[in-house]
Amino acid sequence: MGLIRYIGKKAVIYLATFFVAVTLNWAIPRFMPGNPIGILLSRFATLPESAEVMYSYFTQAFGLDKPLYEQYINFWRALLNGDLGVSIYLYPQKVRDIVLEALPYDIVLIVPAVIVSWIVGNWLGALASTNRRLDNILMPIFYFLTASPYFWMAIVLAWVFTVTIPIFPPSGAYSPGISPSLSLSFIVDFLKHWILPFLSLLLVMLGGWAIGMRNMIIYELESNYSRYMEALGAPNRLILRYAFRNAMLPQITGLALQIGLAVAGAITTEIVFSYPGLGYLMLQAIQNQDYFLMQGAFLVIVIMVLISNFVIDIVYAIVDPRVRYTYTGETG
Amino acid sequence: MMLDRIMERHRETLILLRRNRKIKAGASILAVILAIAVIGPYTTEYGPLEYTGAIGEPPSSRHPLGTNTFGYDLYSQVVYGLRSSILIGLLGGILATAIGVLIGFISGYFGGIIDELLMMLTNIFLVIPTLALLIIIAAYIEHRGILIESVIIGLTSWPWTARAVRANTLSLRNREFVYLARMSGMPTRSIILREIAPNMLSYIIMVFILQFGGAILYAVSLDFIGLGPTKGISLGVILQQAVLWNAVQLGMWWWAIPPGLLIALLLTSLYVINTGLDEVLNPRLRRQG
Repeated sequence: MGLIRYIGKKAVIYLATFFVAVTLNWAIPRFMPGNPIGILLSRFATLPESAEVMYSYFTQAFGLDKPLYEQYINFWRALLNGDLGVSIYLYPQKVRDIVLEALPYDIVLIVPAVIVSWIVGNWLGALASTNRRLDNILMPIFYFLTASPYFWMAIVLAWVFTVTIPIFPPSGAYSPGISPSLSLSFIVDFLKHWILPFLSLLLVMLGGWAIGMRNMIIYELESNYSRYMEALGAPNRLILRYAFRNAMLPQITGLALQIGLAVAGAITTEIVFSYPGLGYLMLQAIQNQDYFLMQGAFLVIVIMVLISNFVIDIVYAIVDPRVRYTYTGETG
Repeated sequence: MMLDRIMERHRETLILLRRNRKIKAGASILAVILAIAVIGPYTTEYGPLEYTGAIGEPPSSRHPLGTNTFGYDLYSQVVYGLRSSILIGLLGGILATAIGVLIGFISGYFGGIIDELLMMLTNIFLVIPTLALLIIIAAYIEHRGILIESVIIGLTSWPWTARAVRANTLSLRNREFVYLARMSGMPTRSIILREIAPNMLSYIIMVFILQFGGAILYAVSLDFIGLGPTKGISLGVILQQAVLWNAVQLGMWWWAIPPGLLIALLLTSLYVINTGLDEVLNPRLRRQG
């Protein structure tokens, strides 16, 4: 019971967030100072069949002669029909198709990077918290990693592994001469292109997890229950295990916040390696002033983040029973 | 005058602050980087966008960080770029801290329906990825300067601060000395200014340090995507051009590595100072022995 109420409440928050994100997407071109909508529409004048594009369901939603509320309703209607407009840069492809084609590349980068960095980072952080010498060596490294801009880490890795020791390819998701298939040679080729952007994300995120875990464990070891166990003569390993389990919980909540940052990291990292995900797509859209493509990418990024947050919330409720109890109505 | 009273009350804390190893190390690195930003531009004869005649040269005594494909002196670019990146960080950080503290404080102190609404708003903006939002805002601004860049960063990166400050306010509001002040009939304004504000000051300073670093990171990321200041130079702009013109593939590491290293060191120093402050002000984090 508690779990369902909890999930329901979270779903309401995320639906509200989706609503706000769509509204921002609608409002920003209309209400920014200057004449953004003019810039947007003038781009169509350069196209060969501009009249046809203007006729698209989505561009109709921009019909500025209509009252604002009607524009807004039309915008939603187009969106719910899956119409995100037509790309100018990749004319006449639909924005929806382009964005959905790029999305898998983000997922294969971000999901493994977040999971591996979380596991390895937490493990290293726990290790540092129990060993004074290791702590002094590792902590400055963790701080430096977490302080590095993702794309700079990517530049450093590109310099080391594609120029100094050229063992990995510098750009793309697979070699130009090869077409995607499930053959071994393609998979090897794909992984060779994938490893450096993946490592860039992994290294930067790892530092943050390790610092968080180390601090949480030290915090828990100073708490009353740890002192009480110590006074009772409990073995150190046991006290540590309890501290570790309690320190895990905030780290799971941290995952939700990290997803948004990981997406930001992926956007810039993909640019360094010309990796064809949403970030690289956004860069193309910006350079070619393809506003529909840019806003479509934004929307898909938001949806991706919302879904992953929702999944993390459910995992959290399963791992920590206290969350469920809060929503049974008996307490609070 | 208020500052004097705070200093008096916290003499012991100040001694601890000065003794903390993390604060000492972080503050030294930070001081060096700030000095480079302030003095650096006076130590170079070239402007950041001035053709020097040397094209793509590695570091030498004439050009300490080499030159790039366009014949610009990279040392000049880095020192000028550092200056504007720090400026954006300061402005954006101050704005984000101010908004976050205001919303968090109102939410935590007054509670009720105001709290519910403000926290709903905060949670919504907390989930929307800041950089993606910044990108679609910046893309529609035709002429972007340092001021506009820092304003849009400040307007989008406050949510976590609002939530943290709300929690801090809640715990302060329920302390004995605040109850006592309220029972003695002290007006709300005085309670906030004289009882709560001085106790929150150290927390707000820590929040600002993180917001300062965060604003720098958002700014260099925006610059890197090509949405930075339309004129002028910043560390992010140097890196954007380095990647755009294949600096690394052409072996010009001096174009792409030093600017990012400087950002990473600057942020490291801020994080380390912040941890040091946390240790001093929050004794449970202090390691024994």
